[in-house]
Amino acid sequence: MTDIRYLAPQTLDEAVGAFAAAQGAARILAGGTDLLVQMRNGMAKPGTIIDIKKIAELTTIARTADGGFRVGAAVSGAVLAEHESFGTVWPGVLEAVNLIGSTQVQGRASPGGNLCHGSPAADSVPAMVAAGAVLTIQGPNGRRELPVEAFPAGPGRTKLAPGEILVSFTLPARPKGSGDAYLRMIPRTEMDIAVVGLAVNLTMANGVVTAARVGLGAVAPTVLLVEAAAKALIGSKLEDAALETAAAACRAACNPINDKRGTIEYRTKVAGVLLKRVAAIAAERAGRA
Amino acid sequence: MNAIDNKWIGTRTIRPDGVDKVTGRAGYAADNVMPGMVWGKVLRSPHAHAVIRSINTAKAEALPGVKAVVTAADIVNFPLDKSVMLGIQDMRWMCRNVMAREKALFHGQPVAAVAATTAEIAAEACKLIEVDYEVLPHVIEIDDAIAPNAPILHDFIKYEGKPSNIAGTMVNKVGDIEAGFAQADLVIERNYDTRPVHQGYIEPHACTVSCTADGKVTIWSSSQGQFMVRAMTSLLTGISQSNIRAIPAEIGGGFGAKTIIYLEPVAVMLSKKSGRPVKMVMSRDEVFRATGPAPGMKATVKIGMKKDGTIVAAHGVYYLQAGGLPGSPLRGPVGCSFAPYNIANVLSEGFDVVSNRPKVAAYRAPGAPLGAFAVETVIDELCEKLGLDPLEVRIKNHARPGDKAVYGATFGSITFVETTDAMLKHPHYKAPLDKAPAPHIRRGRGVASGFWYNAGGESSAQVNITEDGNVTVTTGHPDVGGSRASTANVTAELLGIDHSRISVLIGDTASIGFSNLTGGSRVTFASAMVVTQSTEKVIGQLKERAARIWKIDPEAVDWENGEARPAGANAGKFPALTLKELAAKANEMGGPIGAGIQLNTVGADPGFATHIVDVEVDTQLGIVRVIRYTACQDAGRSLHPSYVEGQIQGGVVQGIGWALSEEFLYDKTGKMDNASFLDYRMPVCSDLPMIEAVALEIPNPKHPQGVRGVGEAGILPGLAAIANAVHDAVGKRFFSLPLSPPKVLAVLDS
Amino acid sequence: MAKLHVTTTINGEPTEFLASPDQNMLDVLRDTLGLTGAKEGCGTGDCGACSITLDGRLVCSCLMLAVEAEGHSITTIEGMAQGDHLHPLQQKFLEMAALQCGICTPGVLVAAKALLEKNPDPSETEVRFWLAGNLCRCTGYDKIVRAVLETAAEMRGAA
Repeated sequence: MTDIRYLAPQTLDEAVGAFAAAQGAARILAGGTDLLVQMRNGMAKPGTIIDIKKIAELTTIARTADGGFRVGAAVSGAVLAEHESFGTVWPGVLEAVNLIGSTQVQGRASPGGNLCHGSPAADSVPAMVAAGAVLTIQGPNGRRELPVEAFPAGPGRTKLAPGEILVSFTLPARPKGSGDAYLRMIPRTEMDIAVVGLAVNLTMANGVVTAARVGLGAVAPTVLLVEAAAKALIGSKLEDAALETAAAACRAACNPINDKRGTIEYRTKVAGVLLKRVAAIAAERAGRA
Repeated sequence: MNAIDNKWIGTRTIRPDGVDKVTGRAGYAADNVMPGMVWGKVLRSPHAHAVIRSINTAKAEALPGVKAVVTAADIVNFPLDKSVMLGIQDMRWMCRNVMAREKALFHGQPVAAVAATTAEIAAEACKLIEVDYEVLPHVIEIDDAIAPNAPILHDFIKYEGKPSNIAGTMVNKVGDIEAGFAQADLVIERNYDTRPVHQGYIEPHACTVSCTADGKVTIWSSSQGQFMVRAMTSLLTGISQSNIRAIPAEIGGGFGAKTIIYLEPVAVMLSKKSGRPVKMVMSRDEVFRATGPAPGMKATVKIGMKKDGTIVAAHGVYYLQAGGLPGSPLRGPVGCSFAPYNIANVLSEGFDVVSNRPKVAAYRAPGAPLGAFAVETVIDELCEKLGLDPLEVRIKNHARPGDKAVYGATFGSITFVETTDAMLKHPHYKAPLDKAPAPHIRRGRGVASGFWYNAGGESSAQVNITEDGNVTVTTGHPDVGGSRASTANVTAELLGIDHSRISVLIGDTASIGFSNLTGGSRVTFASAMVVTQSTEKVIGQLKERAARIWKIDPEAVDWENGEARPAGANAGKFPALTLKELAAKANEMGGPIGAGIQLNTVGADPGFATHIVDVEVDTQLGIVRVIRYTACQDAGRSLHPSYVEGQIQGGVVQGIGWALSEEFLYDKTGKMDNASFLDYRMPVCSDLPMIEAVALEIPNPKHPQGVRGVGEAGILPGLAAIANAVHDAVGKRFFSLPLSPPKVLAVLDS
Repeated sequence: MAKLHVTTTINGEPTEFLASPDQNMLDVLRDTLGLTGAKEGCGTGDCGACSITLDGRLVCSCLMLAVEAEGHSITTIEGMAQGDHLHPLQQKFLEMAALQCGICTPGVLVAAKALLEKNPDPSETEVRFWLAGNLCRCTGYDKIVRAVLETAAEMRGAA
C-alpha cells in the first residue's frame, strides 16, 4: 500500500497551502504528461500530488483589460486551440503549444507544465519568450510576476521558490502589424523532442521591423531570449544581410550539448537556419495582421 | 484452384478474428488473468559486463507478499562446451539469455526474478536481491570488439586459435573473384556501417503460467509459435513436453523477435516454486533493453561490372553484431545479398561478433536487409558511372529458373525478372519529378531489389464438419497478419460454401499437431497446403457418404458448390446432398466427418522484391522524407489480397524506419540511451505517404493455389533504395545508416 | 493514504472503483475493471495504444491518474459499438483490412472516432497528423488512413 496522497483543491490558496506544507515532497499535477512518466520511471516519488485543474484561474483563458490574454497555467493545448481568438492573435504561441506531444498529449498537456518541467527543449517556452509573456506566480508570500525568460534556472530547474505555483501566462496586447511563429527541428514529423526550437515575434510598419523578440530552445541549459538577433532584425526590412546577422546571433547564442537527440555542430547550424525560416513566417503573418 | 472465377480465393473477405480485434475483445497475452494469480518481475543487470560472484535472495524472500524467487540455479544449465540446438537456437545461449549465469553480458540481462502478490511488491523485492558483481570492461561497437586487446566476452570462444569476440564465420563461394574482377570495366568497393534496430512490436512480451502440484504446466503467451514455446520451455525447465500445454494468445506483433522466449521458463519456475499462477509482462523499457534487436553491421562490398552492365565478380564481407551471446543471422547477408543475380564469381563472408548488447533475434528476413543495403547501393553507383539504367541492369543480371544460387540451391520457378520488369514498366519509374521545388529542397528517385529464401516446413491442420453442417478449421501457427482470413478463403473455395460458415482457429499444443513457427514467410504457403489437403480429405469423406446413401461407387460422386452430386447421367439420378444433409446423417453413415494433415511442406520459392522510392531532402537541415513509394513482389497467388498488400506495406515502412531514423544509442557505461518509443523513433503516420503495393500473381507450380510467401521480402530493398534516392537528390553517396539529419547534413557540408 | 473511492461514468455506465492515488487510469481499466481493450504499449504516452476519451477529449489513459476520473465521463474501445452494431469505423477497418496484429487497433479506433467527431471531413494530412501518436508497426498506416478517410466520406454521405 502506498502512502501517497492526492489532493484536488478548489482554490489557489488551498493549493499553495498544501504545497508549502508538503515541504518539497509534493508535486503539482496539471496535465500529468510529464509527471506520470517521471513517476513511472522512478524519477519522481511525490508524497502528495496536488491536482490544480479544479482551480478556475488555472484553467481559464481570459482577455486582459488592455486587449492581451491571460492563459491559465493548466489550460491544455487542445483547449487553447479551440479558443475563438487566441490562435489568430498568437499563432506562433499556439503552434508551439500544439507541438507538445501527440493529439492525446494535447488533450492534457499545458503550457504551465511544459515550462515548469524545466526542459530546455520545451516547445512552448521559446514562443512564450518571444511573445514577451509575463508569469503570475503565487506562493506562501503572495503573488509576484516574472518575465518568462527569467523563469528557467537550468535543465529541470526553475526559479519557483518553495511552495510557489505557476498561475498564468499574460501575453501583451498586439500592436497592428504583429506576427509570431515557431518552428522546431525534429527528425520525424511528430512525436519528437525538439533538437532546436526557435520562435520569432515581430511588429512591422511599412515593411520595416519595429519590434522583435527571438526565443531559442534546446541549444543551451535554458531557453534563451536572443536579444542580439532581435536587434539585428529591428529597423531592417528582413533583407538577407539582416537575416544573416540575426542567424549568426542565434548561432553565437548556442551553448548546446552532444546528446542522443543532436550534436553541437548540428544544433548550432540549425539555429541559424530556423531563424531565417521563422522570421519569414512571422513577417508574413505580421503583414496579414 | 486458380481459376479467375474463384468465389473466395483472391477476395477481400472479413477476417475471422476481426470483430474481436476492433471491439477490444481479442485476448492478447497481457489480457489474461487467473484466479489466485501472482505477479512476476525480473531483476536485470545494471552492468554491461560483469562476473556474477554471488546472489543473495534472502531479504527479497523475507518481504511480505513475496511468493518465490528464481535465479539461474532454477533454470536448466546447458554447459558451454556442448551445443544443444532447437531449430536455429542454441540452448547454451538461450538458457543464459533468459537468466544470466556466470556473467552478465549486457545491461538489462535477467539476473533473478520474483513472484509476489502485487507487481509493486515484486519490483520492491527485486531491489532487495543482493548481487555481488565484479564489473568488467565492456565493449559495444564491432570495431572495438574485434580490436586487439578488446575485452573478451567468452573465454572459450576462439578465432584463429586465440580467445576472440568473433564467435562464428560463414562463407559462400563460387568461381574465382580475382579472375572475375580482372574482366570488369569498372570495380567499385565501399565500406558500410549500420546500427542495430528493434522489431518494434507494440505488444511487450507477456505470459501467464500455471504450474500445478502434479507437475502440469499451462502457458498463455504471445509468441510466433506455441510449439516453440513448449519445446524451449521444456528444455530450459526440464519439464517434459507432454506436461506443458502452450496456448497461443493473440500476438501483438513479432516480426521475428517472438520466435524465441524470454519470460516463459522464468514464469514456470516461479509458478512451480510458489504454487500459484504467475503473470509476467515486460515494460517497453525492458523490451528495448533486453529483447532481440536486429544486428548492426560493418561491411565491405566490392563489385565488378562490364560496360554492358554484366556483373562479373562480387565480394562481400559482413560483420554482424550478435549481442552478448553468439548467433547473428549471417546467412542473411552472406547468402541473400548476391542471390538476385547470376554472377560467375562470388565470395561472400560473414563474421558473428559478440559485444555487450542484448542478444539479437530474428527480424523480417534476418540480416538480409543489411547485405542488400550494401550490395544494392554499389550496383547503383556502378550503373550511374557506366551510364546504365539501374533496373535494366538488374534484369540483365537477374538469376533465372535453373540458375544456381551462391548459397548452393538451384532456383526453381523464380520470378525476379518479372518483378523488376513490372517496376521498370510501372508509371512511377518514369513519372516526372521536380528535383528542386524550393531553394533548399531537393528530390530524387532510387530503386533497389532484395532476396529472401522463404520457407516451407512443418505444419498441421484439422478440418471438421460440425453436426449442423458447418466447418471448423484449426491450424497450429499464430496468425500475425491475417493468415486465418486466407485459410477461410481456401476452405470456402474448396468446399464451395459460404465463407461465413467457416470458423478458423489457432490450436494450442494439445489440440493440433506440431506446427513450426510463424516466420520465414512460410505460414500462408504451408497452412494453405495442409488446409487444402485436409479439406480434400474431408471432401473425399463427404463423397463417400453420399455414395453410400445412394449406393453407388464413390468415384461416381462429384463435390460441387457445397453439394454431393452424381457425376453425370451414368452415375444415377439422385437429388444433390448438401453439406448440412450429409452432416445430419454423419453418425448413421459411419461417424463424425473430419480430417487432419501433418506435413513437412516443401516447394516454397524464394521471396524477392524490387522498390521505387522518391525522397525529398531538406538540404539545410539534413532531413529526408519519403514522398512516394512503390513496392513490387510476386505473391504467386494472393489468397487474400489485402493481407498480401499489408505485408508489403508493413515491410516497406519498417525499411523506411531502418533507413532514416531507427537506431540503438549507447552511453559510455554500456547502457542503452534511447530505450523508449519517444527516442527510438519508429516512423509515425505523418512521416509517410501511401505505400503502393504491387502484388504480381505468377503461380508457384509447387503449391496447390500457387502461393509464394510475401512476409519478409518487403523490408529488403528500402534501405538501399532510399540511400540511392538521396544520392539522386543531392549527388552524394551515403554508406552509413540511419540517414539521420546530423549525418546527412555533415555529408552535404563536406 | 489508503485507496480512494472514485465515482465516474465509463461507456455510459455509472462506475465506482478504488484506486491508489498514484495508479494510472489504464491499470484501473485493465486490472480493476476488466476492460482490457486499451493496451499498454509503452506506459509513457508515446504509442497511443491506451487511448480513451475523457469528457469526449482524446487522452492516453496511461498518462492520467485514475483518481482524476472522479465526476468525469470516460469512453473506451468497449463502448464504441452499440450492442452488436459496429461503429462505421470498426466496420470499415474490417472491410479494408486496416489491421494486422490488432494490438494498436483499439487505440487507433478511439483516436479516429475522436477526429471524425471534431472534423467530419479531414484531409489525408489531417488524418496522418491526428494519428501520429498512435504507433502501428504492422500496416505502414496506409490502410488505416484509407479506412478513416473512407469512413468519413460514408458518414458524411449518410448524415
